[in-house]
Amino acid sequence: MHPTLKRIIFFTSIIAFWEIGSRLELWLPIILPSPTMVLDALVTGFEDKTLIYDLVASFKRLGVGLALSLLIGSALGVLLAKSKTADETIGTVILALQAVPSIVWLPLAIMWFGMNETSVIFVVVLGGTFVMTLNMRSGIKNVHPLYIKAAQTMGSRGWDLFVRVIFPASIPHVVTGARLAWAFCWRALMAGELLSTGPGLGYTLRFASDFGNMALVIGVMIIIGIIGYIVDQLIFQRVEKTVLKRWGLES
Amino acid sequence: MFIEITDIQKQYLDKDNNPLNVLTDINLKVEKGEFVSILGPSGCGKSTLLSIVAGLTKATSGEIVVNNQKITKPGKDRGMVFQQAALFPWLNVMENVTFPLKKEMSKKQAEDQAKKYLQMVQLSNYLHHYPHELSGGMQQRVAIARALAMNPDTLLMDEPFGALDEQTRSRLHGQLETIWTETKKTILFVTHSISESIKLSDRIIVMGTKPGTILQDIQVDLPRPREQYKKEMLEIEEHIMGYLKKEIDKVVSEELANASNT
Ligand SMILES: Nc1ncnc2c1ncn2[C@@H]1O[C@H](COP(=O)(O)OP(=O)(O)OP(=O)(O)O)[C@@H](O)[C@H]1O
Ligand SMILES: [Mg+2]
Repeated sequence: MHPTLKRIIFFTSIIAFWEIGSRLELWLPIILPSPTMVLDALVTGFEDKTLIYDLVASFKRLGVGLALSLLIGSALGVLLAKSKTADETIGTVILALQAVPSIVWLPLAIMWFGMNETSVIFVVVLGGTFVMTLNMRSGIKNVHPLYIKAAQTMGSRGWDLFVRVIFPASIPHVVTGARLAWAFCWRALMAGELLSTGPGLGYTLRFASDFGNMALVIGVMIIIGIIGYIVDQLIFQRVEKTVLKRWGLES
Repeated sequence: MFIEITDIQKQYLDKDNNPLNVLTDINLKVEKGEFVSILGPSGCGKSTLLSIVAGLTKATSGEIVVNNQKITKPGKDRGMVFQQAALFPWLNVMENVTFPLKKEMSKKQAEDQAKKYLQMVQLSNYLHHYPHELSGGMQQRVAIARALAMNPDTLLMDEPFGALDEQTRSRLHGQLETIWTETKKTILFVTHSISESIKLSDRIIVMGTKPGTILQDIQVDLPRPREQYKKEMLEIEEHIMGYLKKEIDKVVSEELANASNT
């Protein structure tokens, strides 16, 4: 059977079971509202544009945070790959920091920047930076020596060698780094918004929960999941696949 | 002399950090425009020697002077065709070949130059293909076109035709000979094939192994094209075979000794 068909049947049965269970009042709507109620909440949210404002606000933070983390991460990665001293000092710190979920920085960020946009973006940036750093570093360190040798016999060295050979050769690692950075930033953003101010998807989630609007809570969760899925599968997976193929790393 | 290789020694450290002599007492003088082949059993240090001339590997001692300049680093005056194609996978065929040309000429000029050499290696229909879409032999031909398009005074070629079929190889022999007679490049050509070396070169350097040394320096004085001198070529081939056989036997018996020790 075609995988798409399997998925359709799978999701239809879950939703059907969920709807029927709700109608038969096997559980209370406050515990788990029915699919129709969730859909209603979403339609209302989009009609009065609150969900649209949330989406725009969240994406703005994500865009800024992810862009900064990719920039800072790449720069740090190049530094670690090129300087042994930096690798032995800053490198160790980054390995340790990478193990810390970035949301634990929020209390500090709120002390430094206040309960605002900057604090959330700060947490998002921290979320993605270190994976990007580590991937950029290993990308540059693992450039096939033959590429460098070939380029050198063709008169390329220094900056030219970096821009035309070393960096492009490490693109597969850069793409993997960016994909992980996006995933970490997205999670950090939701956590940050949940704990700070709105508008934003995370903020609306907490707001709805405070007012017992479980249908909206589930609706927002679904939106968060779908966005995560789309960006990961439809954008990053595809780019990664193309790159791996082009770079001859996959048959 | 155009290339002067003087007292080159090369040691690598093996896994127990003991020095391993890869090349000892390599002395070789090559005239401008000479086509010199280097023959020798696998592992005797042919690639290492070429890499030292290219400036990619430092010799443990000794010096190499090319065109009155001591070699300390790689340069565009010495084009190299590596044993593996060494194409950049993120660039298509055309971009790979124009890679070394970007700085010194316009895009149009570079592309015309590239097309000329890609046509020579029969790859005009693959300008926009990426290396992963080409066979090993096609990749190697792109690498040859890339080195030729750069138009270096010296060409260092490390078994450039090893991965090609007999017909393509023989066609490329002809083309390389033509380029060489027209441009008077100096060529150091590493090969496993005795007949290939006799067909192409003015001189054949036979190397021995463990450590890598020069055993013989054989002048090939047959007029070109050499196809009509089959008999003379065969005589030279047998002559060289005699030297190489001893070396290959040496490698084999050493292998057997090692195998029985472990
Ligand atoms: N980076 C290195 N470190 C240690 N040993 C090396 C290194 N490079 C080459 N060698 C050794 O030097 C010797 C010569 O290697 P080289 O590649 O020059 O041989 P070759 O004559 O080109 O062989 P082939 O015909 O198989 O290509 C080999 O014994 C090899 O193991
Ligand atoms: Mg070799």
